[in-house]
Amino acid sequence: MWLMTLRIALRALKRNKLRSFLTMLGIIIGVGAVIAMVAIGEGAKALVRAQIATLGTNVLVILPGTATQGGVRTGSGGVRTLVDSDARAIMDEVPSVALASPTIRRTEQVVAGNLNWATVIQGVAPEIQQIRDWQVGEEGRFINQADVDNAGKVALIGQTVANNIFGNEDPIDGVIRIRKIPFRVIGVLGAKGQTGHGTDQDDVVMIPYTTMQKRIMGITHVQGIVVSAVSAEKTQEAQVQITALLRQRHRIPPDQDDDFFVRNLSDIAEAASNSARVMAILLGSIASVSLFVGGIGIMNIMLVSVTERTREIGIRMAVGARKKDIMLQFIVEAVVMAAIGGALGILLGISSSSVINRMMQWPVLIRADIIGVALLVSGGVGVFFGFYPAQKAANLDPIDALRYE
Amino acid sequence: MVQVNELIRVRDLHKIYRMGDVEVPALCGINLDIQRGEFVAIMGASGSGKSTFMNILGCLDRPTTGAYYLDGQEVGSLSQDAWANIRNRKIGFVFQGFNLLPRTSALENVELPMMYNGLHSGGRHQRALEALSSVGLGERVHHTPNQLSGGQQQRVAIARALVNHPALVLADEPTGNLDTKTSAEIMELFQDLNLKEGLTIVLVTHEADVAAYAQRQIHFRDGLVISDQAVRPRVQRLQG
Repeated sequence: MWLMTLRIALRALKRNKLRSFLTMLGIIIGVGAVIAMVAIGEGAKALVRAQIATLGTNVLVILPGTATQGGVRTGSGGVRTLVDSDARAIMDEVPSVALASPTIRRTEQVVAGNLNWATVIQGVAPEIQQIRDWQVGEEGRFINQADVDNAGKVALIGQTVANNIFGNEDPIDGVIRIRKIPFRVIGVLGAKGQTGHGTDQDDVVMIPYTTMQKRIMGITHVQGIVVSAVSAEKTQEAQVQITALLRQRHRIPPDQDDDFFVRNLSDIAEAASNSARVMAILLGSIASVSLFVGGIGIMNIMLVSVTERTREIGIRMAVGARKKDIMLQFIVEAVVMAAIGGALGILLGISSSSVINRMMQWPVLIRADIIGVALLVSGGVGVFFGFYPAQKAANLDPIDALRYE
Repeated sequence: MVQVNELIRVRDLHKIYRMGDVEVPALCGINLDIQRGEFVAIMGASGSGKSTFMNILGCLDRPTTGAYYLDGQEVGSLSQDAWANIRNRKIGFVFQGFNLLPRTSALENVELPMMYNGLHSGGRHQRALEALSSVGLGERVHHTPNQLSGGQQQRVAIARALVNHPALVLADEPTGNLDTKTSAEIMELFQDLNLKEGLTIVLVTHEADVAAYAQRQIHFRDGLVISDQAVRPRVQRLQG
């Protein structure tokens, strides 16, 4: 019975190939748009999420504040009051803080053999590995406390640096020179890719911050302290506690501004992921509207079809079709049209998202569950928009239907 | 419970149509019995009520009052679905305009009634072929209606009416769209089916020539039966 109804439906659709196709086109475009838009939205969300993960959602950055001298304000980092013992104190005394590491950065020319490369040299403490979730290649190790204590001339290099100055050679135990000082390479950092701003996080060399202070920069302060809170929820609390601690340590009277900033990365991350989510919802709902419009197209054509086939309905009723047989026939026809449209729409959605991915370099993520939902929804659209025309057909009076010209 | 032996028994059948506020009587008390194996012609001018009566006999329309027994069962008050079932199993329709599905082969047209009684497709096929050959159309089963002549189309329609082995065939002006020669062929086919298969046929026509093939002629006027008489049917040319 079902098989036959399906065959009747297919034959009816085949009879008006162009019309059936144009009707399906609404669903094809609707489903295709939903899939492509959701893929783009999900791709953006996944990208943001991945970027946030590389930054760490529970990370706070403390930067030196500004100083005013004779009416001239220096930019951020103009004061030299932030020191490495602040980092130690934050780690030891603030309960909501897990780890802290001083950082000092400067761009320098790195030389290995006859190759050289300008990159960011970062002076860090061992804690930075956990804070920023840095991986180290199998054969290497990270900077340890001993390296920091005796300002060891050891360095970890990022993937980009390794590729540029070592090429295919194994960098471990190789020698790089920074300002003519030789450093032994103790490890290669795992790749992290770019940040949301396009900064290559792998274009970096890490050395102990003490080495940076004493051997390269000749300073005693630090340029920043990177802190990880015990959890993402505790970052607000940590921010308040760090501020209080540093004001006390720097002996800032209550009426004066802080001589440091505490930056919260999770704010940025949250804003970014929120905007990505809003975009995904927006794209998805615009696409859903087109699916709805496609459904209306099906209803329209089904109504035309019922009118055109009034006599056929009358004949079927005369030879024994019950109301529900007629109803089923037209609903199945609408559902078949919607389902075929949905299947073609899925193909269109997948192919257009991969085209978008390739041509515009946008990340896309096609989710299997979205495809399933799209197929179900298009079937549902068929039932929903096919119901009224089918009911109209089933409620025809056989006598009138047989006489219909 | 009345024991009813007639195939059709109609008692005091009234049908009144409402046109807005006006009530238009179409049937004004019909009493009629039709036995199994009869070939009856119902005649009358248009507006005499014969079409309304046919619709009621065919379980397409409901009498306003009165009783209609078909094959021993009171059917005038059954549900729509029960009617569909009766139309499917007990009644075969033949119409003036053939009423075949367009762009559908003769074979599939004949299979149509069996689609609604759950017969499997192999059996449908076989029975449809048998029905087509019984009306002399064994050859052209894969032609669509527009590839067939009027007479051939009406033969397909007759095969469709017969395919579920109905108790009753209702033919509404079956020769109305046919020329004289083809009309005669179709009427001979009906007569043949009636004589050889014992098929009960109720034929509506306003042509005396066509009605002459039946054994009994009933005349309608203004919603009433005005005459009901047995006649000597016209003899077939081919019958020796």
